[in-house]
Amino acid sequence: MSAHQHRHAAWRGRAEQADAERTSAELDDAEAIRELRSRSRRLLGSMMRPHRRSIALLVGILVVQNFATMAAPILVMYGIDHGIPAISERGDYSIIVGIAVAFSVTAALEYLCVRFYIAQSARVGNAMLYALRNRVFWKFQRLSIAFHERFTSGRVTARQSSDMESIREMTENGVDDLVLAAMNVVTITVVMLVIDPLLAAVSLLTFPLMLMLAKWFSRVSAIAYRKARETVAVLIVYFVESMGGIRAVQAYRREGRDREIFGRLNEDNRLAQAKGHQQNAIMSGGVRGIGHLATVVVLLFGGWQAMQGNTEIGVLTAFLLYMKRFFDPLNELVQFYNVLQSATAALEKLSGVLDERIEVPEPGEPERIERPRGELRFDEVTFYYREDEVVLPNLDLRIPGGQTIALVGATGAGKTTMAKLVSRFYDPRGGSIRLDGVDLRELTEADLRDNVVMITQENFLFNGTIAENIELGKPGASREEIVRAAEVVGAHEFIEALPEGYGTHVRKRGGRLSAGQRQLVVFARAFLADPRVLILDEATSSLDIPSERLVQRALRTILADRTAIIIAHRLSTVEIADRVVVLSEGLVTEDGPPAALVESGGNYAELHRRWEDSLV
Amino acid sequence: MSETDDPRLRKSPLANLWRLKQYLYPYRFRLGALWTMVLLNIAAALSIPPVVGAAIDGPIADRDLDRLWAFAGLIAALGAADALLALTRRYFQTSTAMSIEADIRAALYEHLQRLHTGFHDRWQTGQLLARVTVDLGMIRRFFAGGLIFAISAVGMSTVILAQLFWIEWRLALLVAATAVPLFLIGRGFFKEFLPAARSEQDQSGEVSSAAEESALGIRAIKALGRGPLMAGRFDREADELRHRGVRKSLIASRSWSAFGAIASAGLGATLVVGAILVANGQLSLGQLTAFILLQLGLLWPIEAAGWVMAHGNEAMTAADRVYEVFDTEPDIRDRPGARTVDRSTVRGELAFEGVRYAYDDGTEVLRGVDLTVKPGETVAIAGKTGSGKTTLVSLPSRLNDPTGGRITLDGTDVRDLRLDGLRSVVTTAFEEATLFSMSVRENLALGRPDADERDVEEAVRIAQADFVHDLPYGLDTRIGEQGLSLSGGQRQRLALARAVVVKPAVLVLDDPLSALDVHTEELVEHALGQVLRDTTALVVVHRPSTVALADRVALLHGGRIEAVGGHSELLESSRAYGDVLAAEAEEVAA
Repeated sequence: MSAHQHRHAAWRGRAEQADAERTSAELDDAEAIRELRSRSRRLLGSMMRPHRRSIALLVGILVVQNFATMAAPILVMYGIDHGIPAISERGDYSIIVGIAVAFSVTAALEYLCVRFYIAQSARVGNAMLYALRNRVFWKFQRLSIAFHERFTSGRVTARQSSDMESIREMTENGVDDLVLAAMNVVTITVVMLVIDPLLAAVSLLTFPLMLMLAKWFSRVSAIAYRKARETVAVLIVYFVESMGGIRAVQAYRREGRDREIFGRLNEDNRLAQAKGHQQNAIMSGGVRGIGHLATVVVLLFGGWQAMQGNTEIGVLTAFLLYMKRFFDPLNELVQFYNVLQSATAALEKLSGVLDERIEVPEPGEPERIERPRGELRFDEVTFYYREDEVVLPNLDLRIPGGQTIALVGATGAGKTTMAKLVSRFYDPRGGSIRLDGVDLRELTEADLRDNVVMITQENFLFNGTIAENIELGKPGASREEIVRAAEVVGAHEFIEALPEGYGTHVRKRGGRLSAGQRQLVVFARAFLADPRVLILDEATSSLDIPSERLVQRALRTILADRTAIIIAHRLSTVEIADRVVVLSEGLVTEDGPPAALVESGGNYAELHRRWEDSLV
Repeated sequence: MSETDDPRLRKSPLANLWRLKQYLYPYRFRLGALWTMVLLNIAAALSIPPVVGAAIDGPIADRDLDRLWAFAGLIAALGAADALLALTRRYFQTSTAMSIEADIRAALYEHLQRLHTGFHDRWQTGQLLARVTVDLGMIRRFFAGGLIFAISAVGMSTVILAQLFWIEWRLALLVAATAVPLFLIGRGFFKEFLPAARSEQDQSGEVSSAAEESALGIRAIKALGRGPLMAGRFDREADELRHRGVRKSLIASRSWSAFGAIASAGLGATLVVGAILVANGQLSLGQLTAFILLQLGLLWPIEAAGWVMAHGNEAMTAADRVYEVFDTEPDIRDRPGARTVDRSTVRGELAFEGVRYAYDDGTEVLRGVDLTVKPGETVAIAGKTGSGKTTLVSLPSRLNDPTGGRITLDGTDVRDLRLDGLRSVVTTAFEEATLFSMSVRENLALGRPDADERDVEEAVRIAQADFVHDLPYGLDTRIGEQGLSLSGGQRQRLALARAVVVKPAVLVLDDPLSALDVHTEELVEHALGQVLRDTTALVVVHRPSTVALADRVALLHGGRIEAVGGHSELLESSRAYGDVLAAEAEEVAA
């Protein structure tokens, strides 16, 4: 019982927790975190690899810029130590003029570097993001329906919007600051060591403190930001779902409860985000404190050294300037650290998606089928969604090329499952399904989809015009072909009656059209696709009688030379089939031409009788 | 595609950002304290360099170690105060900004809930989502980062300048002069960057929309094998976003680069002129050091000015986009003086009087519908695909409002009734059953949260939805997108049960049995018949079998009710009715 309960935890309370992607928010064992880190680092590496030259160039520019910026304190020092005495003692202005020239050069250099850097880094950053977006999108497209059902569309959206936004923010702000600060630390250290090794060593005493603080922050905030990525995903899932169902929300006055739930998710997200930022505030205060401490140490020790005559005041001044230059960027960097941690968490999430195993993989060495006859064969097919509830125990069925069969049976008999297996939404757990003798798993995705098309129950329309929606059946189809397809399925009439005809925008999810009209558009789309095998899963349920009649008539022509599987509870649609297969709990209980089954007096005959009664 | 109202009526982005102040108001004391801390923080940070300068000029020059210790102590104290202030203010600054963000998000969500379905049909969810997440994030970052930075930058620059003037006014004048080119460049930047940022943010919404749509339509895409096509489309959107992103940054690259260079040049000028002044004895070395130290403090605010302005611009466009939604008034809301209704006092007489409805593209689908449904009566609405049946039945519960004529409930225009009450008295079940990610029980009790076990069970029985008991957790099983998936027929039965649970005075069913097989349909009809006996009902039908539920049938044709009567009566009298609902057997046999 407990195992049973455990397995079904998915359907109680929260959605499924199983995939690695989601649990990472609460990860606490070091091994798993290391794995997560290395996974996201690999992703980052693969993002940067194509741009390594540009990135090297960018770093080069930053080095130059760094030297340009770094020159200022040296020039100041030189000016004070040598320029001023030269003027006051000898009236010699040449040094100060030289310094002025040097300053102009560095300013110009800085200008060029910054300008080129921003432009170039924007190109690289946007190109990296663009590639990542496409990679993630394509990965989601390839992942199985089973994955999507688990993951939910809201999460898919969250990964591609909010997580991408986190990464965008990182590429846009402050990567240069990070590199500059790092170089800054190195160069300043070197310069200080050269000028006065002893004073430099003392100045750097506080640096280990800094590292400890950074380490602490990166550890705790990684947890906080992972959590925040997850809370925002949950928020998005809820937002997308409740906005998608807004009609039902309003009709059933669910607004209050929705607000309450959304409010809670909003609050969870706020707290999760705030946590990371508050840790950041502590770090920010810490960095400033350490900076001031360093100033005090340098002033005391350097001052003492100057009193001893071991160092010059100019050197001390330069050191104090360097201290400021050393810590000011770090102060700013702390802010960027936030962005960086958030982006890292987002990268972890996305690397999880990209590493997700594809449950319905493409074959390594695909078999080709040229112009298949369309013979479908189920060989000892077993299938279950959940192990303890077998939908198809052992199915054997042969559908010769060109035959139209109707699947009939009660809800849960396995009709839709069969349709999904033929469309390879899922792969069978045992046995195989063959098209012209070739296992579906051996076909490329493109070959399979060219030959097998399913019209689903949901009649999904995409944002765009009616013509565009029909065209999906055959991208690049001419207007004539589109109109022809609409005419065949009987959609032309209503489309023409719309003010903008085929150019009418269907609105979100086809909201501009009625359910029946949407179904007709989807029909036209499938007709245009012209596959060898057509599967209609409850594809006519929303049609009224005249439309259904038209579709019926069209189907006779459409299906004449193709293999078809029709699932329908309206027997009017079943009537056009050559053969009826009655399913019961995943087993074929009756099989034969419709007329023969009616005569045989089985379940189908009973269904048929009821249906005829219903027509009066 | 973002939807914009008449641009002349729209406020400027800056005005829209300013309008957000109402969300700042509840936090005014915290914000006041914060900004005070920011100023104190600046004061603490700025007080340090003069002390350092004094230490160099004083104890170090005089070789007085004891006094040096005193100075060091002072600097340490000031430094500690600075660090502590920074910590405290950042801590509260982010918390406050996040509270503000969460508040706006909640308000936006609430507003979206109130907006009519027409609005939601037009707007892609991805665009709304981008506003609720990305745009609000930008606003938050501005309040937590950019704005504070701007305040402190202005405050700091003012104080620094004042100190500079105090040390040496001629040098300070030189420094102040650099503000002129900075201002000019900044102004140009504003003009160009704002539209570029807006266009990038809009495109980012398009990309989200494409991602969201492809996720929702994954089955349709896979069924047709259009993954590569969709990826191609997504690629175009993403590519456009990349271009707009680059364009925006190029604008930034032109201005920001100048900021840093001008600041550096200013420093150089100070050094040269300062050196001359020192050489001429008009300025001490310590003074010059202090001056330069202070001026270095100006470098960061100036270099970051571009960044701050970019944040400000992005926050403005974000506010603009957010207010685009806030400024859309819900078409359907309570009129002033609307009356409350409640179930116990409603008889349930529903009348359509000259009802017209036109889509916003001008097509008029209803052209004067007159129909009265007596209390307790069930009227079926028949009509061809696209004749406006679904539109018609969306009117009584005010999911849409008619564009002409009126609908009355017990003689009162439904628009004069409070929405909340109206929708509990008139309940609608749609053909496309929307189930939410929650337990079956909660889904069923959606319209009546106080429904008890008996009500739920009864509704389950009527809708023939007994399969729920076989789900892994029975009524507690989570269904919907984040839960167990159900078949079309199962979903439809639950949607029907959900409407039945409410026990409304007027029940509106939009083809509620289309996905059921004949056998189940028969059982549902039988059970539903009992419910409908004393409920006013409007039922959209596609099949003769469903017509059996109704006392009368009304034929919707050409935007009007063309005929009303019994099924067989209409079959004889109306040709149009025959076309729509005549038995299909002959056709199939033919």
